Amino acid sequence: MNLDLSSYADLMTALAPELVLTAAGLGVLLLVAWRHRTVADLRAAGAATLAGLGAAAVTTWWLWWNGAHAVGIPAMIAADDFRFVSDWLLLGTAALTVLVSFHYLEREHLLAPEYYVLVLFATLGMMLMAGGEDLIVVFLGLELMSVCVYVLAGINRHSAPAAEAALKYFLLGAFASGFLLYGIALVYGATATTNLTLIGVQIRTLSLQSNAMLLIGLGLLLVGFGFKVAAVPFHMWAPDVYDGSPTPVTGYMATAVKAAAFAALFRVLGEAFGSVPAWQHVVWWLAIATMVGGNLIALAQRTVKRMLAYSSIAHAGYLLVAVATGTSLGAAAFLFYLVAYTLMTLAAFALHVLIDDLAGLAQQRPWLAFALAICMLSLLGFPVTAGFIGKWYILVAATAAHEPALATVLVLTSVVSAGYYLPVIMAMYMKPEPFAQAHVGMQLGRLGGAVVALSVAGLLFFGVRPNRLLDLARTSAAALMPPPAAAPGVAAPGPTIPGH
Amino acid sequence: MLLGPALLVSAVLFALGVAGVLLRRNAIVIFMCVELMLNAVNLTFVALAQRLGVAGQVFVFFVMAVAAAEAAVGLAIILAIYRHRQTLNLQNINLLKG
Repeated sequence: MNLDLSSYADLMTALAPELVLTAAGLGVLLLVAWRHRTVADLRAAGAATLAGLGAAAVTTWWLWWNGAHAVGIPAMIAADDFRFVSDWLLLGTAALTVLVSFHYLEREHLLAPEYYVLVLFATLGMMLMAGGEDLIVVFLGLELMSVCVYVLAGINRHSAPAAEAALKYFLLGAFASGFLLYGIALVYGATATTNLTLIGVQIRTLSLQSNAMLLIGLGLLLVGFGFKVAAVPFHMWAPDVYDGSPTPVTGYMATAVKAAAFAALFRVLGEAFGSVPAWQHVVWWLAIATMVGGNLIALAQRTVKRMLAYSSIAHAGYLLVAVATGTSLGAAAFLFYLVAYTLMTLAAFALHVLIDDLAGLAQQRPWLAFALAICMLSLLGFPVTAGFIGKWYILVAATAAHEPALATVLVLTSVVSAGYYLPVIMAMYMKPEPFAQAHVGMQLGRLGGAVVALSVAGLLFFGVRPNRLLDLARTSAAALMPPPAAAPGVAAPGPTIPGH
Repeated sequence: MLLGPALLVSAVLFALGVAGVLLRRNAIVIFMCVELMLNAVNLTFVALAQRLGVAGQVFVFFVMAVAAAEAAVGLAIILAIYRHRQTLNLQNINLLKG
């Protein structure tokens, strides 16, 4: 299905998933304006949210199934497989978050059905970010997402830590938006356009590769995105915010927000700045710093939630390795790893909602302990889990792009990460219970249990049979960065990093 | 016409905003410094619009709308933290540490 995005009918077709989600968001907003007093209303809002997310996912599937792609002059929204696959990931993450939230909101007596509206609009912002073909659309999507997530972080108004987390997230998020926006302004000044494809064309035709204004703009863009994906040295907000926010929101922030920021980063760097080698040096250093910093600080953490926060920083480093390769192989590995990372992190946070004390969990609740153990092993990159396959493909991409240093650091820091993932498993299986019947009161709820079961099944399934997902990742990556064999002129030059 | 000076002024304003965020400790003042950064960007867009066409001026409206939305949410969050802690000094807002 060819979509000429300069005609309204085709533009609406290309935007169908976003439009469906907008309608769903407004519908749920209307619903909760009337019904927001009882637990039944809360459940109704959650069910309506799930329906909206499902409808958007079906619309995305319909576009993908018909092979929608944009033709003609570049527009503000992309219509390619990369967008559809990242939309699925974002919608799926949102749905899993909503499922986990059902039980959590009731348990914490948070009678705030606006929660679901905010999740819907945040997801809409993420989809616009990941599919935006124009820097302004990326910025607006990012702001829509961020403003909703600021509120979600502080949704529990009776909790002082949640208010503090919301404040820190808000101040640092707005600060990062300032950098991103100034970067956009300078790139616009250097290239006279904000369209990603046209920026790429302008840079090549006018040879702007070493234009000062463009490079400063690119640097500011990277700082802005660095804050959003919590790359070292822009990570200092993440542990506090993840620690203080309600746990389902933390899971959402650590997965969907990060995935959307990474997808946008990948699209911006690949489409607009593919011919500027400078960013690869910067991302190279960011990746190294994030892998080393995240893993080393995670070792020193006392609580599981903060450990998971630093572990998510470390995983941002692994994803940055895939970005730094700048090849279609790297893009495919990136998408695969993003799916695996989302499943394992969401399941880990969903389990964390109810586990206060890990010691001796395995005797009382063997299935819970098993699920958490699989998550930890997958985060570690243990064979037979999706985490291993994902790391493996990132390694392959890094070595194929002649980046032995990145590959080495990735392997070494993964070994270090065993130092904080394995103690969790040891505590569950080898320590005695702190007191008799310590783990009896835990209830995950039927839906939360389904989420965890689904995620763990997915981790094991993709760990054993990754082929289908990998094929999907490969074709959608090709939409963003043509494989080098097909288009030798577009292939990113092997970056030469001074000093190694 | 005057593009260079306008860009210079906006760069200085942006740098002042960044410095304020990094040096000041009061949440409201930090928020005002962020707003200063956004307005510096607006000045850049308007200055560039002279040469590059009307799109730059349109972006300014988007930025203003976004800044307004951020202010609404941000002030609500700042109010919430004040209710809990009776202070806006970030050095005293330190429940979360690691």
